[in-house]
Amino acid sequence: MSAESLQEAEVGTPIGRRVVLGMAAVGAAGVLFGSRVQDWLGNTLAPITARDGTGLSSLLPVGRFRIYSVTGSLPSKLAADYHLQVDGLVDKPFTLTFDELTAMPATGLTADFQCVTGWRVHEVPWVGVKLRDLLDRAGVKHRAAGVTFQSFDGLYTESLSMDQARRDDVLVVYRMERKPVSRNHGGPVRLYVAPMYGYKSCKWLERITVTSKVVPGYWEVRGYDQDAWIGKSNGREDAPV
Amino acid sequence: MVAKTLRSESEAERFSGGERALHWVNSTLFIVLLLTASALYVGPLSAIVGRRDLVKWIHVICGLALPLPLALAAWRSAPFRADARRLNRFGPEDWKWLRRRRTNIPGKFNAGQKLNAAFIAGAIPVMLATGVIMKWFGPFPLPWRTGATFVHDLMAIALFIVIVGHIVKALSDKPRLDAMLRGRTDVR
Repeated sequence: MSAESLQEAEVGTPIGRRVVLGMAAVGAAGVLFGSRVQDWLGNTLAPITARDGTGLSSLLPVGRFRIYSVTGSLPSKLAADYHLQVDGLVDKPFTLTFDELTAMPATGLTADFQCVTGWRVHEVPWVGVKLRDLLDRAGVKHRAAGVTFQSFDGLYTESLSMDQARRDDVLVVYRMERKPVSRNHGGPVRLYVAPMYGYKSCKWLERITVTSKVVPGYWEVRGYDQDAWIGKSNGREDAPV
Repeated sequence: MVAKTLRSESEAERFSGGERALHWVNSTLFIVLLLTASALYVGPLSAIVGRRDLVKWIHVICGLALPLPLALAAWRSAPFRADARRLNRFGPEDWKWLRRRRTNIPGKFNAGQKLNAAFIAGAIPVMLATGVIMKWFGPFPLPWRTGATFVHDLMAIALFIVIVGHIVKALSDKPRLDAMLRGRTDVR
């Protein structure tokens, strides 16, 4: 080692150490106050991100949908090829085409979408058929206690108790954000369970099966809560929807 | 012949074998972390890659592994400890370099390299701590999980920019790239 570099190693300001300690302090402050900063940023940036055509704002950790899927690629199905099957413990199992589903009485609902990983999209307009109407049309048998949803991705399942499934704010959705539900968002038809975390809102919905007990779905088997009430489950305290 | 002699005289041992091994183990882990992070975070990529549960586990395991080679180097490698001391200290020439980007400075590292190393060294504990809070949120107060996610996301974006910058810089500086690939360089 030359005299010069020896000297270099022992004198001078320990900037490296200060940077490391400073980042640790900022990181700790972020953990403690980050949820408030994020809320504030989400509200402040909402008018901008809502009109961002580039999609770049979706890279910011605030206020946009993130697209999750559990299989290798997004499943794809045209509305013309789509069928929704309702079966299990029912009197009259049936299958609907996309047109038959949209011909049923529609319900519109504007409500937030809250993901269990933390992001929330405010005031999303949803249009669909109440799940309860589909269940009534099939005629649920007396001993039925749960409803299982199956995605045409071939892997994802979700479930609700019969009481949860019969709520007014549980919809089988075919329009979202004033457009047909896109492939990314689970189109042509998906579930929307307003009061629960997003993993309940099964995308690419193709089959609704009435069961004698509640069967845990894909994420429940992996440790998520079965009763996924927003703000009262999964160790989270978000504002309820 | 003359040129060759001069070359070997000016060649300097820049990095020990252990340091280079550490660098490439770290690089591999960082690249896997950034790729899996992108597949978890960037919407269109999530849509293409999918397999969220598997990608998440690869990310968590690489993240937990990241400090281990560094800890081993700090414990066993004297050249690593010496370089860490050099990277830590800022002298007058470093402030000058930051102001005017002089390319020839005395010493082994310029101020940019020192700041890069400090940022990475600072980011690792922050990412590790926030990542652990995100994954095992049970024992922590509830808003911490949101806060940790927020910090983890923002720091990941910063890391992505800094690491891409580091790679671009390295690829445009052949002698210094050689120093990390082969250990030796003719740049003093």
